[in-house]
Amino acid sequence: MTGPVLSLRDVRKTYVMGDLSVDALAGVSMDVHEGEYVAVMGPSGSGKSTLMHILGCLDVPTSGTYELAGTDVSRMTETELAEIRNRRIGFVFQGFNLLPSLNAWRNVELPLLYAGVPRDERRQRAARALDRVGLADRLDHRPGELSGGQQQRVAVARALVTDPSLILADEPTGNLDSRSTADVLGLFEELSGAGRTIMLITHEEDVAAAAQRTVRIRDGLVDQAGGAA
Amino acid sequence: MSTFDTFRSAFGALRSHRLRSALTMLGILIGIAAVILTVGLGQGAQAQVQSEISKLGSNLLVVTPGSTTSSTGIRGGRGTSSTLTNGDAAALATASVAPDIRAVAATSTSMQSVTAGTTNWTTTVVGTTPSWAQVRARDLSAGRFVTQDDVNQARPVAVLGSETVTELFNGRSPVGQSVSINGSSFTVVGVLQAIGSTSTTANEDDQVIVPQTTFATRVAANSTRAAVSTIYIEATSQATLTAAYQEAKALLLTRHGVTSTTADFTLSSQQSLLQTATATDRTLTILLGGVAGISLLVGALGIANMMLVSVAERVREIGLRKALGATPAAVRQQFLVEASSLGVSGGVLGLLLAGAGAAVLPHFLAQPVRISPAAAAAAVGVSLLIGVVAGVYPAGRAARLAPIDALRND
Repeated sequence: MTGPVLSLRDVRKTYVMGDLSVDALAGVSMDVHEGEYVAVMGPSGSGKSTLMHILGCLDVPTSGTYELAGTDVSRMTETELAEIRNRRIGFVFQGFNLLPSLNAWRNVELPLLYAGVPRDERRQRAARALDRVGLADRLDHRPGELSGGQQQRVAVARALVTDPSLILADEPTGNLDSRSTADVLGLFEELSGAGRTIMLITHEEDVAAAAQRTVRIRDGLVDQAGGAA
Repeated sequence: MSTFDTFRSAFGALRSHRLRSALTMLGILIGIAAVILTVGLGQGAQAQVQSEISKLGSNLLVVTPGSTTSSTGIRGGRGTSSTLTNGDAAALATASVAPDIRAVAATSTSMQSVTAGTTNWTTTVVGTTPSWAQVRARDLSAGRFVTQDDVNQARPVAVLGSETVTELFNGRSPVGQSVSINGSSFTVVGVLQAIGSTSTTANEDDQVIVPQTTFATRVAANSTRAAVSTIYIEATSQATLTAAYQEAKALLLTRHGVTSTTADFTLSSQQSLLQTATATDRTLTILLGGVAGISLLVGALGIANMMLVSVAERVREIGLRKALGATPAAVRQQFLVEASSLGVSGGVLGLLLAGAGAAVLPHFLAQPVRISPAAAAAAVGVSLLIGVVAGVYPAGRAARLAPIDALRND
């Protein structure tokens, strides 16, 4: 039995604005094991976004430790964090965040570009990832030529392409209609079924319901009453 | 990220804003072309002057009457008083006194109306000795030059410049014909080979050479114009030019009973003539080059400005790239490559424009434009440097952007 993919211990994030200091996270501890599909829920202002930034290695905690795949990333420099993000984390954003001037496979290969993977291998792996999300016939389409649901699938393919330890989805269905939402959630379920570790941040109950378990955040703390399993 | 991928990505970004990139590049293009052309014009002018002055002869020293510079630094009127004599020339030609001087030619000049038949032409008439042809490195295209015998006998013979022949004889052979100068009849014995007209010195192809003695008695009789206006001295070699200069100076100072500060003559070498003639050209080149340099600076500011706009516009893209694993160094590199690509392509296109200008301009300006490979290489190097320098600040800003600020969903 290996340890958790992701382990937070008493993580705090304090923002200081003048004389005022605000604890966005007031001591969060949680573990996520390999293959889990976890939803993080909370109202706006709960610290949900801050938690997502720390989980995604986009920011570092003020105190406490965060271990990702056995590596303590809580005190890393920006360059080290960039490498961790590149190798360990696949992001899916609310606004898709595809580059409009690049076609589907060029968008998907971006993380591999920064990992220094050679061009032929990049193209192969990007094509495989797009095939995985059911867009094998859309390799050369630009984001503008794809529907919202398809664009989010491209984004999921981009998150998959580096074979990361964790897929971190931030409100991935926020910009989608109900049909595309079902489509993308179905895709996550499928990935989860294939053993992927997924964290999904949302404020919608029915989206969170798709996950195996739900962590609720309130006032910078994990809401125990909400039932962290 | 490999170098190739960095460049591909940078060109992709520049292509997606074609007009803006093109306009920014235009700034550098114009600046580089302006600098290369002004410097090229300056160098062309200098080369032209250089070739003009070398046409005067080789290893040449020139003595003119009058002093150059007083102790207060005020330039005196060169050639205003006639203090040189044929005796000076004869003394300079004495091997025992001045061993490094090979030949000396004293000249007297006068503007005269020269008539052949019914044709009339006003030109410079030069009275001199047979050594003139050697000292001034001139050959004859027909006939012979003035001989010592001609000088001794004060014969009425004349050697004509090629343009003078064209004006007076309209293509017919002048040798054996006679021309009239100041009422006296002269027989044409030779024609000087053309050396090309000059703009910085007197027209060397339009003059009439007569023996010194004949000049004194027939052309400028009873007038101060009979005095020697210039003495040309040829040193034995390039290496002895300085020694010849010193010998000539010492000899003339002694003969005239003056010191360096009260000298009543001016002794100049080809080198000093060259320096005087090119000094103004150089000043002008530096001035114009400076103005062109300013336009290049403006072009550089254009790049910096565009890159700043580009960074501000692409905050989301930068954030995304960082989230996907771009290190600050990779982001900085991408923007630096974009900026320097703009600089270099502007520089290369500017070089091409300058090349086209160099080919076309001489037809309108009667002025050669010389673009040296070194200047061309320097231009491209400078444009690369400009791109990099202009890109440093915007690239640094892009590299420092925090991905969370860049990725906000609003």
